[in-house]
Amino acid sequence: MKKITATFLMFMITMQLFAQGQGSAITDSLYASGKIYVVVACVLVILLGLLLFLFTIEKRLKKIEKKTSAKI
Amino acid sequence: MYKSWWKILGAVLVIYSTIAGFLIKTPDLPIIRESIRNLYFHVPMWFSMIVLFSTSVFHSVKYLSNSNPHDDIKAVESVNAGVIFGILGLSTGMIWARFAWGQAWSFDVKQNFAAIAILLYFAYLVLRNAIDEEQKRAKISAIYNIFAFPIMVVLLFVLPRMADSLHPGDGGNPGFNAYDLDSRMRMVFYPACLGWILIGCWIYTILYRVRTLEKDHR
Repeated sequence: MKKITATFLMFMITMQLFAQGQGSAITDSLYASGKIYVVVACVLVILLGLLLFLFTIEKRLKKIEKKTSAKI
Repeated sequence: MYKSWWKILGAVLVIYSTIAGFLIKTPDLPIIRESIRNLYFHVPMWFSMIVLFSTSVFHSVKYLSNSNPHDDIKAVESVNAGVIFGILGLSTGMIWARFAWGQAWSFDVKQNFAAIAILLYFAYLVLRNAIDEEQKRAKISAIYNIFAFPIMVVLLFVLPRMADSLHPGDGGNPGFNAYDLDSRMRMVFYPACLGWILIGCWIYTILYRVRTLEKDHR
């Protein structure tokens, strides 16, 4: 009887160990995505921002061009 | 200002840092994983913003000493360029925070203070539009700028270090320099910073030239 309880307790210990291993495996799979698309999104935001800014400069230049052509 | 070698240098550095930033190996960090590569894009935005704001202060001081209207224009346009980089830094930071900290805006100290610093400079631009008389506008905004700059520096570099922040380097968190930024990342990070600063200066010179043209053709 003692032997059986001892083995059972040992099983419990190993189960706990397994549980811990599984937990980390789950978190691993949750964070397994490399999150590289976060970087892609940020680079896109920077690009879009600079492109929008180019359009504002264009607008200002167009105004100047109109004025100079009116003068001539 | 009109020479093109530094513009080409900036473009080459930014291209290099983008390609190498995506391809070079990074240390495997627990939660941020590959998004550590954002270091090459998010942080240089702030650096170029700070460089542009410092050139603005430099020209504001120069304006107060010699009252040359061109110095005033330089001060405004470098703030204009700096604000663009600030907004880009804020938005890329929000995207990064969404996936690294769980929320786009987690009311992190540095996030809040960075937003306030940008609002300070928005106030500068609004203040300029509120005053009609040219010399008065230039003088008052130059003085405001000289006060705003040290406040911006304190908001971004001093106060976040005294409170708990999610940003590395603040509130007892180890900075990237402590151990995350290994020599391979440095090879990309420093050129990225220099490249984006040069691009920022380029944008500023373009804005300055457009503004002088606007002034000449009024």
